[in-house]
Amino acid sequence: MAAALVNVPAKARRGAVIEIKTLMSHVMEPGYRHTAAGEVVPRDIITSFTCRFNGAEIFRADLYPAIAANPFLSFFTTASESGKFEFEWIGDNGFVATASAAITVE
Amino acid sequence: MTPRALLAVALLGAALPALAGEIATADRRSGYDFMSPETKAMQDDDTANPAMLSVLDGETLWTTKAGAANKSCNDCHGAVDVSMKGVAARYPAFNAASAAPVDLGQRVNLCRGQHQEAEAFAPESRELLALTALIARQSRGMPITAGGDPRLTPFLARGRELFVQRQGQLNLACANCHDDNWDKHLAGSSITQGQPTGYPIYRLEWQGMGSLQRRLRGCMTGVRAQAFDFDAPDMIALELYLMSRARGMTIDAPAVRP
Repeated sequence: MAAALVNVPAKARRGAVIEIKTLMSHVMEPGYRHTAAGEVVPRDIITSFTCRFNGAEIFRADLYPAIAANPFLSFFTTASESGKFEFEWIGDNGFVATASAAITVE
Repeated sequence: MTPRALLAVALLGAALPALAGEIATADRRSGYDFMSPETKAMQDDDTANPAMLSVLDGETLWTTKAGAANKSCNDCHGAVDVSMKGVAARYPAFNAASAAPVDLGQRVNLCRGQHQEAEAFAPESRELLALTALIARQSRGMPITAGGDPRLTPFLARGRELFVQRQGQLNLACANCHDDNWDKHLAGSSITQGQPTGYPIYRLEWQGMGSLQRRLRGCMTGVRAQAFDFDAPDMIALELYLMSRARGMTIDAPAVRP
């Protein structure tokens, strides 16, 4: 069950710098650990995170095995116009999760 | 000795036994108070607190029909923010059917068995942690009231006994650290008082959720003792004692802990 928490201000003044915070539920198994029987636990991580605003990409991050479970990413952008943020997480084993949030710019 | 000095000695004598080894009410501190500003900020912001992911899962489970009875929690209890308000603050509570206290996770599983006719969730399973996190969330900001029921008296006494009982190869009782040395450090970490205000917690060391039972088992392994089994009567008695020891403190569940 993929659950995401996204925090985008609902309203902002035009030109204001806003912070966007995202938290994604994921085990982020690095692939370096072994079970008690000595078998390698296969890697299972999120490899890519993308944020688009009204279709245009505004932020992207590549994720690697050293990143903790349930990755928390926060970044800043400038509120230019009203619209919709779309978030996408892509990972191993066909993992895909999306979320979206709308903002009104006055 | 002047009468006044005699009185002072008598008062001191009267006050000391009550405090022996135990933390005075005014000195009690939640694990939150020992955390770094960064970890506090993570807990305080619901969009940064990873335990809220578990609460989200719990909200889905609350309204999901389950078992032979095909009922969801919501079908009997209604909205969780109304029906479960303050519930976590009074658990472990006395269960008349088994004539023993049950903790919140056991209560959820009793409900599953009796009313949903579904299989019990395994201890520390994602589902059980999600539902207990959701229920505990509804008591955030409320004072802990557990242990007030007079029928719990013998179980509280047993819990207290376990708390001061030395155990393991290191031969340490809970009280040796958490009553007597809570203001000190063990390596780089604060020892803390062991006040269970925020369970289930998201523990950074685990990179996941865990119950008070999991935390207690970690401590027992740490002193190289045989950890109690999940849901063992002694485990519940110890949980009950810890919650009653924190009576009046504020619930901050679901908490983040280092």
